Amino acid sequence: MKIKAIALNTFKEAVRNKVYYLLIVVGILFALSSQIMSLLTLGDKVKVLKDIGLASINFFCVLIAIFTGINLVFKEIDKKTIYNIVSKPISRSNFILGKFFGLAVTLLVALLSMALIFFVFLLLSTGEFDAKVLLYFILLYFELLIISAISILFSSFSTPILSSIFTISLYLIGHLSWTFNEFKYNLTETFEKVVVYSLYYIIPNLEKLNIKNDIVLKIPIESDVFIGSIIYAVCYIAAVLILAALIFNKKEFK
Amino acid sequence: MKALEIKKLKKTFKSNFLFKKYEILKGIDINVEEGEIYGFLGPNGAGKTTTIKCVLGIIFPDAGEISIFGKSYNTGEARKKVGFLPEHPYFYDYLTARELLTFTGNLFSLPKKQVSNRADELIKLVGLEKKRELKLKKYSKGMIQRVGLAQSLINDPDLVILDEPFSGLDPIGRKELRDIIISLKEAGKTLFFSSHILQDMEMIVDKVGIILDGSIRKEGRLSDLISHSVRYYETVFTGVAEAALRENNLETNRLDNNYIIKSESEKDANDIIRFVNGHKGQIVSVTPVKMTLEDIFLKEIVG
Ligand SMILES: Nc1ncnc2c1ncn2[C@@H]1O[C@H](COP(=O)(O)OP(=O)(O)OP(=O)(O)O)[C@@H](O)[C@H]1O
Ligand SMILES: [Mg+2]
Repeated sequence: MKIKAIALNTFKEAVRNKVYYLLIVVGILFALSSQIMSLLTLGDKVKVLKDIGLASINFFCVLIAIFTGINLVFKEIDKKTIYNIVSKPISRSNFILGKFFGLAVTLLVALLSMALIFFVFLLLSTGEFDAKVLLYFILLYFELLIISAISILFSSFSTPILSSIFTISLYLIGHLSWTFNEFKYNLTETFEKVVVYSLYYIIPNLEKLNIKNDIVLKIPIESDVFIGSIIYAVCYIAAVLILAALIFNKKEFK
Repeated sequence: MKALEIKKLKKTFKSNFLFKKYEILKGIDINVEEGEIYGFLGPNGAGKTTTIKCVLGIIFPDAGEISIFGKSYNTGEARKKVGFLPEHPYFYDYLTARELLTFTGNLFSLPKKQVSNRADELIKLVGLEKKRELKLKKYSKGMIQRVGLAQSLINDPDLVILDEPFSGLDPIGRKELRDIIISLKEAGKTLFFSSHILQDMEMIVDKVGIILDGSIRKEGRLSDLISHSVRYYETVFTGVAEAALRENNLETNRLDNNYIIKSESEKDANDIIRFVNGHKGQIVSVTPVKMTLEDIFLKEIVG
């Protein structure tokens, strides 16, 4: 009930901001522009359509996640609206959870509207219904939730500019973190091993949640890998939110 | 039972330099009895807001105890009974007054119907009926202060804590707020508020606590602190020649055509009246001036 109140308020704040719609609309326009790109290519037109379309939706959803996320908690502290929350009978962890779920709903609405239009567009221009694209969107959603949790974590103790730098860096490294895993076989020193192993577990393995290439190249997606990826995402999110709540519990609002 | 009890509350702020610490609250004791209106008085920077923030768990005390109706202040049970209006309040500006009240009510897990009815009542109470569907972005400062008061009452709190509730209000708003505070007291609520406007306080408070530089200097019933004895008499008169005043060594202040004389005792005042009548002047007024909260306040500050 209390978590729901915070979540609903967070969602309201997002949807009463014009930038939210702007990002959704521009995202859709970019996705649809793949049509033009596909006309300019000689190769597999459907492949280009999916490649560019999915990449655009991905990019704009990530933008919404990062830029809504880093402001969420910071703005409450900066504008002192947090006074009216921590003084109420609601725990600070529940506040963080409420913020996270609010952002989750905000992203779900953005992703659903982009995805829906893209599906219709794909159906009209190729005549085929590719259910696997749906799987892509599901995993993308979990990636967005990881980014949200991370940006909430950073915004609970630093400024939006620093938070966005941290979050964007983690996002970019997150797509390369699988290389650590490959890398570790070449290491002999224990110390180096420890560092690389810990980095591998600390940094979110976002590439695990990216199945764009499998879809574009029509590689079959195995169900246990798919479910494994979701479980990984849920655990990662839980860990980040617990950390955020721990930090937030100790925080004074001066 | 005490509505609010603060014992030996201490709070230190660290500055950006690692070693420098500022002791803002130096062991504060405050006792607010159930059902009274308590005025928390102190000059700028004395530590009023800091104290209130500790009570509401916005910052954490270094030492001391705080209890609300006998319960430790940081529990949900204590929080449920408290209403709070922060200093210079700011609320989500994308919400309407009604939405803000609903949101606040939901933080207390109150039943939907109850929140809705109460929100309507409170909007009426603070005189914002015409603006209820307007976003808070478009509210003036005084209107925000009113919404702030309304949200602090959404849970029908037994203890209402208001930090500078009179700031930003026009004279009518101040009068309305005083009336609301009194009606809350009549409904059995306890009120704790800080203010600079001594007159507003003097008219309504039962008890005052004066804080100065992080320590409570005086705490007591207003009637005990302010002696009802007259401090001096002020006689205003006109129509007496200046030469006559000089002759009698009378020290006067002039205001337009009137002379003003302060006298220590009733006898001295009577002498002045006789003198004025003897010199064919007219008495405009004689006022016994009593001690005010301001006098106590200034005495504490000046030393
Ligand atoms: N975050 C902070 N860090 C350091 N010092 C602070 C901080 N907040 C307040 N102070 C200091 O604590 C002291 C008390 O401040 P506080 O806001 O409690 O005063 P106040 O009595 O509410 O004053 P006012 O009447 O102006 O509202 C001031 O000297 C102030 O400079
Ligand atoms: Mg203050």
